[in-house]
Amino acid sequence: MEIYRAHVLVCKGTGCTASGSEAVLDAFEKEIEKKGLSKEVKVVQTGCLGLCELGPNVLIYPEGSYYCTVKPEDVPEIVEEHLLKGRIVERLLYKEPDTKERFRSLMDIDFYKKQKRIALRHCGLINPEIIEEYIANDGYAALAKALTQMKPQEVIDEIKKSGLRGRGGGGFPTGNKWQFAANAEGDIKYVVCNADEGDPGAFMDRSVLEGDPHTILEAMEIAGYAIGASEGYIYVRAEYPIAVKRLEIAIEQARNHGLLGENIFGTGFNFDIFLRLGSGAFVCGEETALLASVEGRRGEPRPRPPFPANKGLWGKPTIINNVETFANVPEIILKGADWFSSIGSEKSKGTKVFAVGGKINHTGLVEIPMGTPLREVIYDICGGIANNKKFKAVQTGGPSGGCLPASLLDMPIEYDTLVQAGSMMGSGGMIVMDEDNCMVDIAKFFLTFTQEESCGKCPPCRIGTKRMLEILERITNGEGREGDIELLENLANSVKASALCGLGQTAPNPVLSTIRYFRDEYEAHIRDKKCPAGACKALIHYEVVPEKCKSCGVCAKVCPAGAISGERKQPYKIDTDKCIKCNSCFDRCPFDAIVKI
Amino acid sequence: MGNMVTLTIDGVKVEVSKDATVLEAARKAGIRIPTLCFLKGVNEIGACRMCVVEVKGGKALQTACVLPVSEGMEVITNSPAVRESRKVTLELLLSDHNLECPTCIRNLNCELQKLSEELGIKSLRYPGEKSKSQYDDFSPSIVRDTSKCILCRRCVSTCHDVQSVGVISPNYRGFNTVIAPVYDMSLNDVPCTNCGQCITACPVGALKEKDDTDRVWQALADPEKFVVVQTAPAIRVSLGEEFGKKRGAIVTNKMPAALRRLGFDKVFDTDFSADLTIMEEGSEFLDRLQNGGKLPLITSCSPGWIKFCEHYYPEFLENVSTCKSPQQMFGALVKTYYAEKIGIDPAKIFSVSIMPCTAKKYECQRPEMFSSGYQDVDAVLTTREISRMLKEAGINLNTLPDEDFDEPLGISTGAGAIFGATGGVMEAALRTVYEIVTKKELKNIDFTQVRGVEGVKEATIDIDGLKVNVAVAHGLSNARAVLERVKNGEANYHFIEIMACPGGCVGGGGQPILSSDERWEIDYREERAKAIYEVDRNMPLRKSHENPAIKAVYEEFLGKPLGEKSHELLHTHYVKRELYPVMK
Repeated sequence: MEIYRAHVLVCKGTGCTASGSEAVLDAFEKEIEKKGLSKEVKVVQTGCLGLCELGPNVLIYPEGSYYCTVKPEDVPEIVEEHLLKGRIVERLLYKEPDTKERFRSLMDIDFYKKQKRIALRHCGLINPEIIEEYIANDGYAALAKALTQMKPQEVIDEIKKSGLRGRGGGGFPTGNKWQFAANAEGDIKYVVCNADEGDPGAFMDRSVLEGDPHTILEAMEIAGYAIGASEGYIYVRAEYPIAVKRLEIAIEQARNHGLLGENIFGTGFNFDIFLRLGSGAFVCGEETALLASVEGRRGEPRPRPPFPANKGLWGKPTIINNVETFANVPEIILKGADWFSSIGSEKSKGTKVFAVGGKINHTGLVEIPMGTPLREVIYDICGGIANNKKFKAVQTGGPSGGCLPASLLDMPIEYDTLVQAGSMMGSGGMIVMDEDNCMVDIAKFFLTFTQEESCGKCPPCRIGTKRMLEILERITNGEGREGDIELLENLANSVKASALCGLGQTAPNPVLSTIRYFRDEYEAHIRDKKCPAGACKALIHYEVVPEKCKSCGVCAKVCPAGAISGERKQPYKIDTDKCIKCNSCFDRCPFDAIVKI
Repeated sequence: MGNMVTLTIDGVKVEVSKDATVLEAARKAGIRIPTLCFLKGVNEIGACRMCVVEVKGGKALQTACVLPVSEGMEVITNSPAVRESRKVTLELLLSDHNLECPTCIRNLNCELQKLSEELGIKSLRYPGEKSKSQYDDFSPSIVRDTSKCILCRRCVSTCHDVQSVGVISPNYRGFNTVIAPVYDMSLNDVPCTNCGQCITACPVGALKEKDDTDRVWQALADPEKFVVVQTAPAIRVSLGEEFGKKRGAIVTNKMPAALRRLGFDKVFDTDFSADLTIMEEGSEFLDRLQNGGKLPLITSCSPGWIKFCEHYYPEFLENVSTCKSPQQMFGALVKTYYAEKIGIDPAKIFSVSIMPCTAKKYECQRPEMFSSGYQDVDAVLTTREISRMLKEAGINLNTLPDEDFDEPLGISTGAGAIFGATGGVMEAALRTVYEIVTKKELKNIDFTQVRGVEGVKEATIDIDGLKVNVAVAHGLSNARAVLERVKNGEANYHFIEIMACPGGCVGGGGQPILSSDERWEIDYREERAKAIYEVDRNMPLRKSHENPAIKAVYEEFLGKPLGEKSHELLHTHYVKRELYPVMK
């Protein structure tokens, strides 16, 4: 094996690939070749580190220097300075947004040092396209341990004892699910990996698949051994081409290494894995809809029971686990249930990955122990609210989650506390909102998504979400009526109770939680025809504050509608009939002389 | 009692099989749970959410129609939460429905209407925009009006599972979901068999037959037209239902009275041409059997089956009998033999048939069906359409005297009558073939092996040492199963009867529509079939070849079965059809 004095890790996850990491990787390879360093420095493509907004990200070991937003033209300098002369290129190092402080090592950065990475343990560190790198990091050791030292029931017991719960939305105890499938009668059973990550903004599953695909294969094999299955299917979105490609490579490599297929580790255990690509319907993340889609039917849920553990794929006992859930399994088998259950809180064990987005300084993926308070994630890890604005709410659980107010910031993040507060863990979306966000508008935004993604099978979801949306539309258009809030609440509760599947049962959450915590905003829209946050266009107009106006004319110049006019030394005026409320004048006025009312 | 479980529903203890659903248990306990998408044995998918119940210890509301029972289960069917859920769901359905009840074809026979009355819906709390709808009346048989569709999927399951045709399914998703052929094509442009089973599954007026009553009213009012009518075998056991009689009530002799009062010049009977079909098809069978022709011979009376074969099994087209269906044999004779006989210009004849079938509307327009020099049958009315016409004219079937069909095309035997039930064509053919082959009288003429509701029936008939293997299939998924067996060499039949509709013509797509509730209570196809066999039993003549009118038509006009004239008027060939030609 070759020994290198330095490793240049270039992220080739979807985020960094989009911002141009391919060219950066090429530049490194060429430059290192040019400088004759090919035998000393190795360039490695990796999966995601989490801070995608700063991509392309480059990490250089042994120092752990974390370079952000690297361009191909920066590469000669990094090679010359860092790799040849040993001088870190300060200007490219990660910079704390508020203190402007630069850190020499990744592990000094708050964003990383407060995280606990289990599911993402290999992401950003190994080359996901080389099985040896996975094996060198204990890869397939858990499978070996399970197959050679544990009975299937012992595997299930270990998972049960660990307290691992589903990371895809429902939070069902994984060990119990495996037990049901193991107990179910039938010669043929299946293991399915739900990689149909559909929550807008969530990309933890994609990151695992792109950065550490073998861990999913290994976990599925362990699950197959535990329940007595010999075939597995990964249902992955076709919109994740990198994940698909790396899974294909991983499957091929694992087969070639005898780690997938027949007689694995010579134990007589057979297991193979196949990919099924989904076409992007959100509802296919629901397990029964997913199974229908794998079978080639329209992706629509069916009522449960029977549960897939008894009647799943092609009517056979089937376990379906989400990517992140599976990513925890090998670590639990290797390090033991006690280790895993020591992390997290009493009812929610282990860690959870969140995709943090919205009005926050660091958007990206963070993996934290369960029970961590919301405040710690938002302020300590992700650097607080951007542009010194005031925190208003955080939405957890994706489009079907709820919006939680500032008074709940100290709430620990756990399955049950979130549900009690009217939200949910979901797959781990976390969208932060500030004072400029109108909560009625936010509810409308999320409902628009779920309404469009309803499969149309049951009337509560198909028509109920549409009717809720219509009520929200009229409220935000200033046409709300007295009684609309009660009407919404009643309909939302009914849809929640009556809908066929999880999509419909949770779609009303954003509506109900915003009414619960921000009822005054609804009332302002309906009674006063005002949007307190100034976000609902129909309810605002723009005015010039004469005392502040210096008659510079910038507003009139940027106005695309010709709605602003004025003369020298006279305050300018906005013709509200012509104004299209594009916000340009408001953004550009150097004297804050334009206000939204 | 290992196979039974006991549960409590609204405090009532009930014991049912462990495989039962909560809905079944509730019905057994006499507790009504409303349903809408549920159609016993066809559509059990828990989609419409009308049958929600509370289960003690369970989190969410559950749909009784698909919820398996379990020992000790406690179910509540009328809690405030359950009632509110059902009401909101129904209000939502109504908010996206066109609510044109008084002018709807299903007015007073609509499950949605009935349910909103039952649940006391008096206003809609959540009105709003209606989804974009489609109106498709390009098919000669079936009209789709999705502004009335509640997306219950009963038609979808019927088309996919019962008929194995599957030309309609949900397109788009969410609020935009619409039940339609692929890419929103017309039913006319997809391999639909026109069987109309979707219509009889529909709880509302979203699917209906193409209405031809106007054309018939016009013909009746035209003094220049000589309007004749034929009534199919299965009408006499179903038309009464539209006038409040029990399922399968026999109204054979009321029909001529009613139709004469409506203004038809002559009232004839398709049973006559059913007898004629037996003469031709029986002879064709013997000819193929004795002269090494293509076997198995497959019957050709059901136009839904013919189109199915053309689209999906063209390799069997040579097996299909060249005989036209009784409707079309009749049509060809009326404008030739009969016109000649009474000395009338066939151009003046308007020939109407009353059929249990929507596919017949298509069949009469086929280019093969103009052998008289005119369109042999001008208009086809379903049982439902003729009952609407009678009602509009104030004719009450219940108060009419008994009358007979007109001669000669109204004379028939019991063999013709049983064409209306699955197995009937086979049985009628066997009665005649036996006597032709053996030249002996058939003592027991009831071939009960081929009767009944079983999807595929098989029998080996001994005709004086000649062993004839026969099969009878009804419903196109059963037809598909039989054809696959033949194709794979797993079965060796000589003669197969196929009817597109489950139960045969008594269960046709043009027949009176039963609600899901009623279909739970009775097997209407069985009731009507029982009546058909009763009609047969009470006929003085029960073998087609004994029909004097048939003998006369051969003597006076046709010559002999399979003769030149027969070939010209009574036989045809069908053609292979592409599945989706317009896609190319």
